[in-house]
Amino acid sequence: MRVGMSVETGVRPVSRKRVRAGLQRRLEARWFLLFISPWLVGFAVLTVYPMIASAYYSLTNYSVLSPPTFIGFQNYTFLFHSPLFWTSVRVTVIYAIATVVIQLVLGLLVAMLLNLRIPGMKVLRTLYYIPNVLPMAATSMLWMFLFVPRTGVLDAALHQLFGINGPQWLSDPRWALSGLIIMSVWSIGSSMLIFLAGLQSIPDELYEAADIDGARLFTKLRHITLPMLSPQILLNLILGLIGAFQTFVQAYMMTDGGPDYATYLYSLSIYQNAFQSFHMGMASAEAWIMFLVILALTAAIFKTSARWVYYGGGTES
Amino acid sequence: MRGNPAISARKPIARWVMILVTVVGALIMVFPAIWMLSASLQSNNQISQYPPSLMPHPFTLEGYLKGLTVLPFVRYFFNTACIAVLSSIGGVLSSSLAGFAFARLRFRGKNILFVCVLSGLMIPYAVVMIPQYLLFKHLGWIDTYYPLIVPAWFGLPFLIFLFRQFFAGIPNELFEAARIDGCGFPGLYWRIAMPLAKPAVATAFIFHFQAAWNDFLGPLIYINSNSKYTLSLGLSAFTSSCDCTPWNQLMGVSTIVALVPILVFFFAQKYVLRGIVLTSK
Repeated sequence: MRVGMSVETGVRPVSRKRVRAGLQRRLEARWFLLFISPWLVGFAVLTVYPMIASAYYSLTNYSVLSPPTFIGFQNYTFLFHSPLFWTSVRVTVIYAIATVVIQLVLGLLVAMLLNLRIPGMKVLRTLYYIPNVLPMAATSMLWMFLFVPRTGVLDAALHQLFGINGPQWLSDPRWALSGLIIMSVWSIGSSMLIFLAGLQSIPDELYEAADIDGARLFTKLRHITLPMLSPQILLNLILGLIGAFQTFVQAYMMTDGGPDYATYLYSLSIYQNAFQSFHMGMASAEAWIMFLVILALTAAIFKTSARWVYYGGGTES
Repeated sequence: MRGNPAISARKPIARWVMILVTVVGALIMVFPAIWMLSASLQSNNQISQYPPSLMPHPFTLEGYLKGLTVLPFVRYFFNTACIAVLSSIGGVLSSSLAGFAFARLRFRGKNILFVCVLSGLMIPYAVVMIPQYLLFKHLGWIDTYYPLIVPAWFGLPFLIFLFRQFFAGIPNELFEAARIDGCGFPGLYWRIAMPLAKPAVATAFIFHFQAAWNDFLGPLIYINSNSKYTLSLGLSAFTSSCDCTPWNQLMGVSTIVALVPILVFFFAQKYVLRGIVLTSK
C-alpha cells in the first residue's frame, strides 16, 4: 500500500513498474472487500447492530407491543434484587462447574485410553463420539426415558445391581440438576477429541526418555502429559464454560426449569423472559450480564494461562 | 515396546485392563442409544413392565407407525432437510469467499477484520437474539424459514476460519502461475482455490449441516405453525401434547430424528472429526 500512496501524493517520481504495482494493490484491495462483503454486511446487520440494540434495550422497558421506554439501570437493579435471578445463577454455576470438571477429567481419561495402539481403536473412538452427533432434542427425550422413576432403566439398574432404591430424578428438586449433570457425561465426545488430537502430537521420545529414567505412570502424567496438553485443557475449559452458560434444550424439554426451579438454567430464564413474558428489556439485561461474565471469566483464565499453559513442541500452532 | 506413549504400560496385564476399561466404557456410552432403538421396537405394555428388558418381545413397529402419524413427522423431516441444505449451501459459499480473501488477498486492516470474524465465535447467541428477532419480525419473516436460512448466507465465523486455514496452506506457486497466465482474482478463487478445497468444502458443509439439522432454539423462536415445524421442534411438541407417555412412540420418533445426523456421521466421519480437531489448532 505504501507504494500506492506515493503514486497519489506524487512527491517522488515513480517508475512505471511501481505505478502498476500500486494499481495492482488497489485492485486487490477492491476484490478483497468484494469477497468479504457478504460477511461484512452480515457482521454489521446481524452482530454489531444487534449488540448495540440489545445493550440499549437492556436499559428500557420493552414489551414488543409498545415502543421501548428508557428506564436507566432499573432492569439490572431489579434482577440483582430478584431471588429468581439468583436461583438461575446458582443453578447455572453448579451446572457449569460440574460439567466442565466432567469434560476435563473424563474427557482426558477417555482420550488417554483411546490413544492406546490396538487394532479396532477407530471403532471405539466412533462409539465414544456418537452421542455428540445426536440432536439435543432426541438426546433429551432419550434421557427422560432413562430417568423414568422406578421402572426406568437407570433406577431399575440401580435396584437390580446394587439394591438401591433410585431417586425420582427429574421430578425431585434435589435430584433434577444432578440428572442433567449425569446426562452431560454422554457428551464428553468433543472434549475427548480435542484431547486426543493433543495427545497424538506429543512426541514419543519424551515418554521413552522418562521410561529410561524409570519414571512411573503418575510421574509421566504429571510431568509430561498434563504440561504438553495444557493448550487443549485451556481450550476445553473455555469451550466448556461457554457451552454450560448456553445450555438450553435439556432444561427446556426435560424439566422446563423445574421442579421448583431446580434446573432453571440461565439461558432458559432469558428465553422465558424474552419470548414467554415478552420482557425484552429484562431479557436483554440478562443476556448482557451473561456476556460480561463470560468475557471476564475468559479474560481471567487467559491471564492465569501464562503460568500454566505450555506452548511448544508441535502444539504452538 | 508396543505400549501407548501417553500411559505406557510396561506390564501386559495393565495393558489388558486398560483395553477392557476402554471397551466397557464404549459399551456404556452406546448403551442409551441402543436402548432407544430397542424401546422403539417394543410394545408399550412391555416397556411398562419391571424390570425392563432389552429384547423387544413381541417385536413391533407400532412405535414408528403410530408415532410418525401423531404429528406429520414425514413433513417435518423434509422441512428440516430443506432448512439444513439451503443454509449449508449459503454458509459454504460466503464463508469460502471470505476465507479465500483473508488467506490470499492483501488488504490494510485485514488482521483487525479477521479478529472481528473470530469475535463472532465468542458472542453468545442470547446477546443478539432479541434484536435479530425484532429485525426479522419487522421484515415479516416470523413463521418463515428465512431467519433460519438467510443468516448463514452472510458467512459463518467458524467456517470462515476453517477456509482461511485451508487456503493459507495451498502453495503460493499455484496462484503465481495462474496470475502469470492472466487469471483474475475471481478465477483464482473459483478455478484454483475451490477445486483444491473439496475436503474443506465437505468438512464445512457437513459441520454446518449437522448444526442446522440439530438446531432447536432457532426454530423454537421463529416457527409458529404446526405444519412448518422441524423434527426437533415436532419432537418437543409431541411430549407436551399427551399426558400418558407412549414411550415406544417417543423413542421411535427420536430414532428418526437422530437418524440423519448419525448416517451423515458414519459416512463422512473423517470430515466431521477434522472439523472438530481443527478447533484445537
